[in-house]
Parts: sequence; structure tokens; C-alpha cells
Amino acid sequence: MSRFKTAEGKNLYGLMAEFDSPDKLVAACYSARDAGFRRLGAYTPYPIEAVWEAIDHHRSKLPLIVLAGGLIGAIGGFMLQYWTSVEVYPMNIGGRPFNSWVAFIVPAFETTILCASFAAVLGMFALNKLPHPYHPAFNVERFAEASRDRYFLLITTKDPDFDPVRAREVLERTHPVEINEVEE
Amino acid sequence: MNHQFAPPRQELATLERRAWLVGVIASLATGAGFFLDHTQAFRSYLVAWLFYVGIALGCYAVALLHQLTRGAWGLMIRRVLGAATRTLPFLLLGFLPVVLGLEEVFAWAGPEALDDPLVRQKAWWLNESGFTFRGVLYFAIWIFFAWVLNRMSLKQDVLASDKLFRRMQAVSAPALVIYVLTATAASVDWLMSLDPHWYSSLFGIAFVVGHGVAGLAFAIVIALYLARRPPLKAELKPHHFHDYGKLLLAFVMLWTYMQLSQLIIIWSGNLPEEVTFYLNRTEGGWKWLTIALVLGHFALPFVLLLSRDLKRDSKKLAWVAVLLLVMRWFDLYWLAAPAWGHGEGTHGLQLHWLDLTAVVGLGGLWLALFLRELAKRPLLPAFEPFLNEALEE
Repeated sequence: MSRFKTAEGKNLYGLMAEFDSPDKLVAACYSARDAGFRRLGAYTPYPIEAVWEAIDHHRSKLPLIVLAGGLIGAIGGFMLQYWTSVEVYPMNIGGRPFNSWVAFIVPAFETTILCASFAAVLGMFALNKLPHPYHPAFNVERFAEASRDRYFLLITTKDPDFDPVRAREVLERTHPVEINEVEE
Repeated sequence: MNHQFAPPRQELATLERRAWLVGVIASLATGAGFFLDHTQAFRSYLVAWLFYVGIALGCYAVALLHQLTRGAWGLMIRRVLGAATRTLPFLLLGFLPVVLGLEEVFAWAGPEALDDPLVRQKAWWLNESGFTFRGVLYFAIWIFFAWVLNRMSLKQDVLASDKLFRRMQAVSAPALVIYVLTATAASVDWLMSLDPHWYSSLFGIAFVVGHGVAGLAFAIVIALYLARRPPLKAELKPHHFHDYGKLLLAFVMLWTYMQLSQLIIIWSGNLPEEVTFYLNRTEGGWKWLTIALVLGHFALPFVLLLSRDLKRDSKKLAWVAVLLLVMRWFDLYWLAAPAWGHGEGTHGLQLHWLDLTAVVGLGGLWLALFLRELAKRPLLPAFEPFLNEALEE
């Protein structure tokens, strides 16, 4: 349930402005933030680092998740080999020590990469709350252009200081192609 | 030279005078040490010379890589790399003491060397005239390509032409291939043959990757120096250092990959003539140097360079680069010096004061020449087509 309504009386999710260049989007992100809006979404056809900074994106926890996955893989892979070749099934191979750590490095490296990759993919899904079958942004017809050559900025009503009139004023000053109300 | 990116010549000249002073004093000390213990002086000199050859060739290789791939990242340091490649003639002159000390440094050139049947078999490659000729040949090839590319880069200051960078690209490709081949051969001559019995096919490429680490680390330190004063103060931005940090991380990982591959192959093969390399380096004091290399040349810089914040902080990144430069010297010492411990009953690690004066002395002279070259040209080529792309956010 939203506190605000669209012109047709539906629940309002936010206001979306469309831009035809990344520079305008970046400028609009800064204007919206200067106006006090914090719950912003920016949509671009390809990653743009400046946008990432402009909406003051919080730091992702993904690197830590990948590190944890990698460490589990490294220790687990090494211990698996240590346990089988030293503890439970020791074999004399060419007179080498049971704990042949040099030879263990390669499989341990592989399990490190395996677990780190799984942690990266699954962690990314979890942090993005995917799969996510419904998102109000797609209620705007023009939004399909976000995967072609248009750039979008969304101010959501989740913002504690959200005010539809002021949000529209701020967005209109940033030279958008058009502004749409987003139905929830 | 009236150019918006003219180098800070006065400051560079002050630094150059200091470098001369340090270089001359330390070189005089090395010269005095030569009369006390000439064998040690030649040995210390070889490691020091290889260290600066590594930096200059690393800069040369990174410049070739940049000119070939046309990344905007390299443009900001191309003139730094170019200045370092123009020190190669000085380093060719520095080859002379290596040739003079051949008998005392290289076991295969020693008086009793030919009593050893294996050395006799290898004498078609390992002989004094061949060693000297090849050394001069390698340098001639490197100096030639460096000269051609420096000339083209200089033309970009006055000539707005799209053809120039295409020509630089076309020259850099064969130059890079030839560099890897010649540097591999040079690694056999100058380092691997110190122990004429031992061999490893990964040695050459590990030597080449070491150059990459040294050259890029040196360029990062110079880039920090330039980023703190005009004209590049406003131009060298965190995202440039971010790129250098990423590339440095790649070189550190590549170096580790080569070293580890060599260890796994030799350890698995377990052949008597190969394993001596690791046995010599894991006993006595050498064990500690090996551990220091694993930590300082891999573990610590690897973990630090993973951080995005550190790579974007030019000062912190430069500290990692300094650590890696120190480790480059340790690595060369670690490769060379154990071969000289044989026959004397000591396998211990014994650093000599000449090791220090040689690296400081040659370093002062080399750095002075580098700074002189750096002050000669604008820090960015004015008509390079990718300049705006490199300068923008």
C-alpha cells in the first residue's frame, strides 16, 4: 500500500524520468540527491561507473561472500586431500611424503575457484533478491528502452521525504525526455 | 619546448643532482670494495645491474603492451616508460663489468670449468665470446625498437596524424614477440647459467614477468611523483591508479603462477639435477629469504591489491609498488647468489655490504639518467588521438 495515488487513482510506486544521454542521467541523479531524495533507482543499458557513484550506491557485500566461499574451498579442498592421503588411505607413491602439499595445491586451487564462483553467483542472486518476477518499473511502457539506448531515473515513494509534486519539479529541471508515474 | 604538459624541469633537475650525488658516492664505495674483494664486487654488481635492466625492460614491455592494445590507461605513463627505455644504452655500457668479471662470477667461465663433462657439452652456447656477442645483440635489438617507438611518440607532439599510432601499433607487435624471445635467452645467459647443471624451461618467462612487475611498479612510483605537481596534478586521477593497480595485481599473480608451476614440475619430477635449485634455497638462511619472497612478492601484495580503495589511493598503491621493487631485488639475489655458495661449505645466506652499495650506486646513476630523459619531453603527447579519452573521467 502506498501513501500516494497516481492520476488514475492507483497506488503510486514512484516517478520515473527518461533521459537520452548518460551525462543527463548522472546530472539528474545529483540533482535528486541534492533535493534530499535517497531511495533512487538508475537504469542504464550498460554499466556506467559515474552513475553508480552519483546515486551513492552502498557497498556491495558480494566480495566478502566470495572471499568466504574461496576460503572454504581452499581449506576444504586441501583438507580433503590431506585426510585421504595421510589419515585414511596412505599410499607410498614414488617415495614422496604422504602430506605432499606441493601436489595438493592444484586441486585445492580448483576447489577454491569452484566454491568462490558458486558463492559469487548464488550471493549475487541473494543480494539482488532474485528471482524477482514482478517489478513496478516495468509498468511504464517506455522502460523497455532501458535495455536499448535510454537512461532512466526512478524516485520511489519509499523515500521518507517523498512528495510527488516536489519530485516532479526536481525531475522536470533535469531535462528529461519525459516523466512517468509508476504504478505499484 | 612550450607545451601545456611540459615536465616540472626544475624539480626534476634538483632530484637528478641528488641522484648523481648518491650514485657517485655509492659507486666509489663499490669501486673501493672492488680492490678489497673483486669477486664479491663482480657478483654484487651483476645482481644490481640485472635489477635496473629489469626495470628498464619492464617499462619497455609495458609500453609495447600499451601501444599494441591502445588502452587509454597507458597513455598517462607512456612518456615515463619511454624515458626508462632510453636508459637502455647506459645499461648496455653497464654490461661491460659483467663481461670483465665473467670468470669470477660464472662457474662455466672459470679456469677448471672444462674439467666438467656437462659444461664441456654446453660450451657451444656457454662461452665467453658467445656470451658477450649475444648480450650486445639483445641490447641492440631492444635499443633499436625503443628508439623507433620513442621517435614516433615524439612526432605526436607536433603532428596530428592518425597514421602514427597505427604505425606504433604495427611496430610494437613484433617488438613484443622478439622481446620475450630475447629476454628468455638473456635469462639463460645472465642468471640460469650461474649453475650450469641446472635448467628449467619456465625460467625465461618467469624472468620476463619479473620485468613486468619491476617496470610497472617503478612507473607507479614515478606517476605518484608526477600526480603531486603540475602539469599532471589535475590529470592523473584515481581511476588511472586503479588501472595500474589492477595490472600490477595481474603481474604479481602471473609471477606467482610461473614460480609455482616451476616448483610443481620440478617437485613432481624429483630429478637430482633439478631439485638442487630448491634444496639450496630451503636450507640455512636461504629458507628465510624464500619465505620472505612468498610473503612479500605474493601473499601481501596480492591481498592488498585486491582492495579497490587501496588501488585508487595513489600513495598507498605506491607503497605496494616500493615493496615489490625491493622484492624484485630479493628475487634476483635469490636466483643468483645460492649458486656462489657451492664448494665453500657454507650454504648460509650472507649479505655483503657491497650488495647494498652496488644497487644504490648503479641506481643513483641510472635514476639520474632516467630523470634527465624524463625532463626532455612533454609528459603527454599533444596530438595522440586517444588523449581526450585518457584525460576524461
